[in-house]
Amino acid sequence: MSIAELLSILPQTLLEGLLLGFVYAMVALGYTMVYGVLGLINFAHSEIFMIGAVTGIEVFRYLGNGGNPYLILLLAFIVAAAVSGTVAVLVERLAYRPLRRRGSKNVLVPLITAIGVSFLLQDLVRAIEALWHNEFNLQYPSYDTFNYDVLSKLGSPLGLTLAVKGLIVILVSILMLAGLNYLVNRTKLGKAIRAVAQDMSTAGLMGINPDVIISRTFLIGGSLAGVAGVLFGLVYTNVTPYSGFQPGIKAFTAAVLGGIGNIPGAVAGGLVLGELETLGGTYLGFLTGGNFGSEYAQVLAFLILILILLFRPQGLFGQNVSEKV
Amino acid sequence: MSLLEVKNIYTFYGQIQALKGISLEVNEGEIVTLIGSNGAGKSTTLRTISGMNKPRRGEVLYQGKPIHKMPANQIVALGISHVPEGRRIFPRLTVEENLEIGAYLLNDSKLVQERKERAFGLFPRLAERRTQKGGTLSGGEQQMLAIGRALMQDPKLLLMDEPSMGLAPVLVDFIFEIIQKLNQEGKTILLVEQNARLALEIAHRGYVLQTGKLTMQGPAKELAAKPEVQEAYLGGH
Repeated sequence: MSIAELLSILPQTLLEGLLLGFVYAMVALGYTMVYGVLGLINFAHSEIFMIGAVTGIEVFRYLGNGGNPYLILLLAFIVAAAVSGTVAVLVERLAYRPLRRRGSKNVLVPLITAIGVSFLLQDLVRAIEALWHNEFNLQYPSYDTFNYDVLSKLGSPLGLTLAVKGLIVILVSILMLAGLNYLVNRTKLGKAIRAVAQDMSTAGLMGINPDVIISRTFLIGGSLAGVAGVLFGLVYTNVTPYSGFQPGIKAFTAAVLGGIGNIPGAVAGGLVLGELETLGGTYLGFLTGGNFGSEYAQVLAFLILILILLFRPQGLFGQNVSEKV
Repeated sequence: MSLLEVKNIYTFYGQIQALKGISLEVNEGEIVTLIGSNGAGKSTTLRTISGMNKPRRGEVLYQGKPIHKMPANQIVALGISHVPEGRRIFPRLTVEENLEIGAYLLNDSKLVQERKERAFGLFPRLAERRTQKGGTLSGGEQQMLAIGRALMQDPKLLLMDEPSMGLAPVLVDFIFEIIQKLNQEGKTILLVEQNARLALEIAHRGYVLQTGKLTMQGPAKELAAKPEVQEAYLGGH
């Protein structure tokens, strides 16, 4: 490819990176918020995301014939948010809270529990899907309305194409992030979440029940991941019980990139990672003279994770900045 | 009946025994001070009353009812606010948010606003810094904020842990004036202090704590006059 050709596909690459980045950002928020209140890396969060994607498919499976696709999609978001949020709350209640009650200071125990819960949820979803539908390789339906290029009417500026579903990813993500920003910074619950994150025992002295706030944090993070799961499925169409792992670990990388515990950092980290991965996929082959193709774009996320942990473990934005999205 | 009655409490940190049978009483309208050297168990006594630590044995009665099995967030709802050791301001909440979180149990936003204004009236310095993050305040301002925050629930009983620690003398005097003023307005105060001289000056009664046990108690003036108190805690005269 010539330089001119490479440059001509740059705008489209950046746009696609943005879509992926928004999905990472919404999942990264769950990692970072839970880390903020509990100091726990909730590795089961990637499965909460996957459960959202699978729930979305079930909604389409049962309502998808003939109805208004936008209405069904809206319903898919709501049901996925509810199911993912509920599962996240249950995981906290049944797995993490009993460990917290024991008062052990060992951080490895909850971490390994999280990994165990992650496997459990994967295979639970697989079992449910296999018993229910005889398969667990799931496919999002492809509606023509969702694939329509919204930029074609505008004369495709810079040669860009953006399908309706891509526009949905952008709009829904921005809406959710704005909502979260309002919740965290402007509501009583948000203030309590920040107080618990900064000093749990003093928050108790204010009359805050930390258990309730921790549970709400899992609910919020889980719901965001559920919606992100549906967005992911809508764009990338193929979903299995194991689909959570890769996006999940990348969202975790995004959270570390932005400074784990830092809410705006998670959003920035998600967007940066989405762009880097997409740019890598497009340009890696050219930049390395064909030695490393686009398949190495996946490696990029982990390379970044290792580099951050080596050189800037507090993340790009650090932990101690104000919680503004 | 006294407002607060602590009966023979034993509190541990893991295997370490911090309190070895402490009993004390606080009557409504009093300032009672708890003095003693570092590690005597003063803070642990307050923490056991406010629910941050649980006693292994003994009882804490508030208005005659046992509270030592309740979590901290329920004890504060009864009217006991704790100004903790080291202030424990939420560093990344603004001054105003710190006060608002102090009124977490209140659902009447007009009342919250009123109490916030009252706190700003008591500490005009905080009003000037209302949008600043708690972590950026000076030690004295943080102490004012910690007291203002504890007052947001309009408690009956205020537990204060070392409010003078690390403050310039002029600020120490100011904080102690505030404590007396709050007491005159009807707040009952249990004050833990290293600055025994000042504490005994404003208190009605006092208790002396040594390695987890009470060694002396009595009216503040009498305690201040005792040679062994002067020797150990007032620097001798």
